[in-house]
Amino acid sequence: MLSMITKLKERFPDSILEIVEFRNELTCVVKNEDIVRICIFLRDNPEFSFNFLSDLCGVDYPGRKPRFDVVYNLYSLSKNKRVRLKVKVDEGASVPSVTSIWSTANWQEREVFDMLGISFDGHPDLRRILMPEDWEGHPLRKDFPLTKEEVTFSHNKNRPPKTS
Amino acid sequence: MILNMGPQHPSTHGVLRLILELDGETIVKATPDIGYLHTGIEKTMESKTYAQVIPLTDRMDYVAPLSNNLAYLLAVEKLLDIQAPPKAQFVRVILTELTRLASHLVWVGSHAHDIGAMTVLLYAFREREKLMDIFELVSGQRMMTSYFRIGGLAQDVPEEFESKVWEVVNTFPDRINEYEKLLTKNRIWINRTMGVGKIFAQDAIDLGISGPILRGCGVKWDIRKSNPYSGYDKFEFDIPTGKNGDVYDRYLVRLEEMRQSLRIVRQALDGIPEGDFVVRIPEVVLPPKEQVVSNIESLIFHFKLVVEGFCPPVGEVYHSIESPKGELGYYIVSDGANKPYRVKVRPPCFANLSALPKMVEGRLIADVIAVIGSIDIVLGEIDR
Repeated sequence: MLSMITKLKERFPDSILEIVEFRNELTCVVKNEDIVRICIFLRDNPEFSFNFLSDLCGVDYPGRKPRFDVVYNLYSLSKNKRVRLKVKVDEGASVPSVTSIWSTANWQEREVFDMLGISFDGHPDLRRILMPEDWEGHPLRKDFPLTKEEVTFSHNKNRPPKTS
Repeated sequence: MILNMGPQHPSTHGVLRLILELDGETIVKATPDIGYLHTGIEKTMESKTYAQVIPLTDRMDYVAPLSNNLAYLLAVEKLLDIQAPPKAQFVRVILTELTRLASHLVWVGSHAHDIGAMTVLLYAFREREKLMDIFELVSGQRMMTSYFRIGGLAQDVPEEFESKVWEVVNTFPDRINEYEKLLTKNRIWINRTMGVGKIFAQDAIDLGISGPILRGCGVKWDIRKSNPYSGYDKFEFDIPTGKNGDVYDRYLVRLEEMRQSLRIVRQALDGIPEGDFVVRIPEVVLPPKEQVVSNIESLIFHFKLVVEGFCPPVGEVYHSIESPKGELGYYIVSDGANKPYRVKVRPPCFANLSALPKMVEGRLIADVIAVIGSIDIVLGEIDR
């Protein structure tokens, strides 16, 4: 594990912002614009060969700047190792797509776009995947209400229901 | 011609919609359209305490609820840095392997039914009923079991548990031979499945495919072996693989997996250790009911756990298990509160389904049915 960190740091001294180890899991926070470069290196370098993108998802931190995390959980079938990459991205900004590196990222990036409204540069077909096409808002954002319609009680029964 | 298949189509196994662009009977382009079963489970999880999330996990892959429980709990246990006691681990292994059998039975039944072999469905559901009886025996529920809890099990297994499981384990190998007799050398079955939906190992890895489909391509990857969890390293079993990566090889791999599951269950039944069924950490696990009514401290812990839950440390973990369909992972972000800040499920079927266009494009429309069946999708898990 430690040798992996040193090698990665040597190769990309300016791109890696932070390294966290928690419960034997390694998380590298990297610069947004360098994610594709690092992913290609991690996939193709025989010492790492992270050829399997297990999961790609987003996390919302309202009030933080930049607002979102995009998280990549990588796995190496030959080395049996896992690593987590993370980029931070602000509302309205976008992340370079990794679809060209792992095809499985196609649907996963669409899901992040659908649920959190983060767009991916260079994605071949970026549209909603789970929600209807005409849906407004992004459900997994923290400011999206859990129940959308106001519940009707006797005190508001004559008022039309407010949405969100 | 553009053909709309689903969402209400009997062989799409739920509410999958496929938009097929056809040239005669040949598929030029296939576009899956998912999301009809989206219920916002990940969003709901953010407003529940860690223990309250468990029943939600059942409702994703409802054909294999105990696997979902286990994956989530192992992630939470990793976050808390606790481990279930040996007895709970053995029971978890037995029940998740039985779940694998139940899931594969639904698959073999419905897959064969799609292709026209009616009998297999009836046989498979006959055996599945026996497994459902065991789940009901331990948890009181047939499907939405929620039997595994943080730190162990909800309650101890009843006395007749072992004899009931032995009964199934002893009769099951003959049943698998029955399915083999009906299908493996059946000419119609071979014509419909051999060479259909082929995918190469390299493409499968690139597309994030895991589980029996990837093993059908010849990749020997099983998380139970590569990253043993819940004591799987104590058991001997083989990882079956195929060669051609077609529908027929996936069928053979799954049938052999059922035999290997039985092998694991037999070993686990022989060695269930004595001891408690749950790890006794009062901050995390509910105290025994008798103590709640007789001991003030236990009452306080009970009250606090039910009302507030517990607060794990700040951090994030990803844990994955080999579910019947492939790599099922849970990524949990904790901000130190009593509710998870973010839970992301990595459902195996989501990635597996995204490979469907690659498997069917250029083939006949009848092959779509065979390929969907062989992927073994559960839409509840894909749409969440």
